[in-house]
Amino acid sequence: MLLNDEQQAIYDGAKGESLAKVMKTLVMYGDTFGATKMVPVESEYGHLVTSFGLSVIKPVYALMDKLLAAGAVSKQKFTVDPLPLDKNVPTNFLQDIMFKIMYGKQDFYNGQLQKLGILDEKSYTCTCYMEESGNAPKEGQVLSWAESSAVVYANSVLGARCNRNSGIIELFGSIVGFVPYFGLLTDEGRKAKWIIEVETTKKPEAQVLGSAIGMKVMEDVPYIKGLSKWIGTELNQASKDYLKDMGAATASNGAVGLYHVDGLTPEAVKLGEKLINSNAKVYKIDDAELDRVKNGYPIIWKDKDAKPKLAFIGCPHLSVDQLNDWTDKIVSRLAKNGKEKVAVSLVLTAAPKVLDKFKGSDNAKKLEKAGVVISYICPLMYMNNPLCGKMPVITNSNKLRTYTSAKYMTDEEILSAVAGEALA
Amino acid sequence: MKTFKGRVIVPGVADAEALVTHAGFNTLASFQKALMFGDKTSKCSDQNNKDLVGKPMAGKALCLPQTIGSTTGGMVLFCAVEMGRQPACLLFSKPIDSLAAAGAIIAGVWSENKMPTVDSLGDEFLDAVKDGARVVVAEDGTVTVH
Repeated sequence: MLLNDEQQAIYDGAKGESLAKVMKTLVMYGDTFGATKMVPVESEYGHLVTSFGLSVIKPVYALMDKLLAAGAVSKQKFTVDPLPLDKNVPTNFLQDIMFKIMYGKQDFYNGQLQKLGILDEKSYTCTCYMEESGNAPKEGQVLSWAESSAVVYANSVLGARCNRNSGIIELFGSIVGFVPYFGLLTDEGRKAKWIIEVETTKKPEAQVLGSAIGMKVMEDVPYIKGLSKWIGTELNQASKDYLKDMGAATASNGAVGLYHVDGLTPEAVKLGEKLINSNAKVYKIDDAELDRVKNGYPIIWKDKDAKPKLAFIGCPHLSVDQLNDWTDKIVSRLAKNGKEKVAVSLVLTAAPKVLDKFKGSDNAKKLEKAGVVISYICPLMYMNNPLCGKMPVITNSNKLRTYTSAKYMTDEEILSAVAGEALA
Repeated sequence: MKTFKGRVIVPGVADAEALVTHAGFNTLASFQKALMFGDKTSKCSDQNNKDLVGKPMAGKALCLPQTIGSTTGGMVLFCAVEMGRQPACLLFSKPIDSLAAAGAIIAGVWSENKMPTVDSLGDEFLDAVKDGARVVVAEDGTVTVH
């Protein structure tokens, strides 16, 4: 890889040993993927994936301390993934003890993040790109982000350019202000190797569609046709929310970092089918295919027919519109069943700044009355507590299903469960 | 004895017993319990990986197609290496993915502990190598399966 004078000087140690090692790491990383040069990070803010102060990741804290001691902080402020703890989310005594042991370094790590450059104390969310959280990069900007669901959203819906970076690498890019130029940063790397033909008779569940696409194309770029019939040709809040949930499933059930939706996402609108490689493969998705995918998810509960104890909605975090929509659905479903409170503990998760906007609204009061908890927590980190992982938890998130023991249910099935209707 | 030539991602030599997964290696899920509960043998805790679940990974020549899962994967690999609970080497049949590359390279640059990493060894490598076989890795990315 060719480095410019500034980059070479850092590499050679002009700014100290730690920064030289940061640059060396990025160069080796880029060389592995055939990068020819380093390019400047262009977005205003970064986004980090590692938000949890897990006691066991001591080597990470030691590394951060080394960076801080060398003055190697992020050149840009950044947002971070959601926090693992929130006392509002139901736990029992033993689970609480486990949380204290597991995330014993949380306060310490939050302090490190402050010194490294976190935007503010309410910047812990996976949906940093929502208006309220204020970290929405512009089309064409190069990013140094991690968090698979945020990267796939920024690339696909916002038209920014970011690779599927690992934790630590994204911080390194923000520290030196450069990232290696390869993969999804290049025009060639953004071309589709798959054509997805959506031929369903009803609007597909976003998270099952994303799961089907992810499992089929793995790390390749798909060009999705037939979806605008169901979600329109305008990037409004409803279609953005749909793409957020679909994308998170493509990125976790597979390793998709970018998708194009015909007639909807920015590059597809501009370039259309020119984005498709000439030898692209075709994957048709109809109702039966979605059923096949959904029925194939393993249920890893000990008692497969256990009554759910807890339901999570909001992985990735919900928008204000989604919070309002869920409130309407939950309240009317409870009323239909002659109930006031949910039959299964239900937690809706959203970014701290989204919750600030939602709290105090009539709908927030309705949720409280129905016994629904709203939280900024990361459901995945909650489920990583082995004592929580043993509980029968249901979710409409295919990401949460993939990484934990939570069982996937469609929105309709979740509603039925929390309203206390007999589960099919 | 069979010999395969791969591409060196992190240089080094190794001589260890093979541990083979044909499914994608979920780094976070595999190391999570071992790191959390101080298991120095790093028994694989990924319930979805039938090839590896319950088997010790520390000190083994881990033979795999690619890694999958959370973007914390690289960070987790780095931690395993820095804590001395890492496989003796990582041997990828396919071109390495960005998360594993990050983890192996960060460890290579920042840790005193070693985890040589070689990729692009080919599907035939994964077909040939079996659990328990002796695997020798040379500095130039040549992997010999005994």
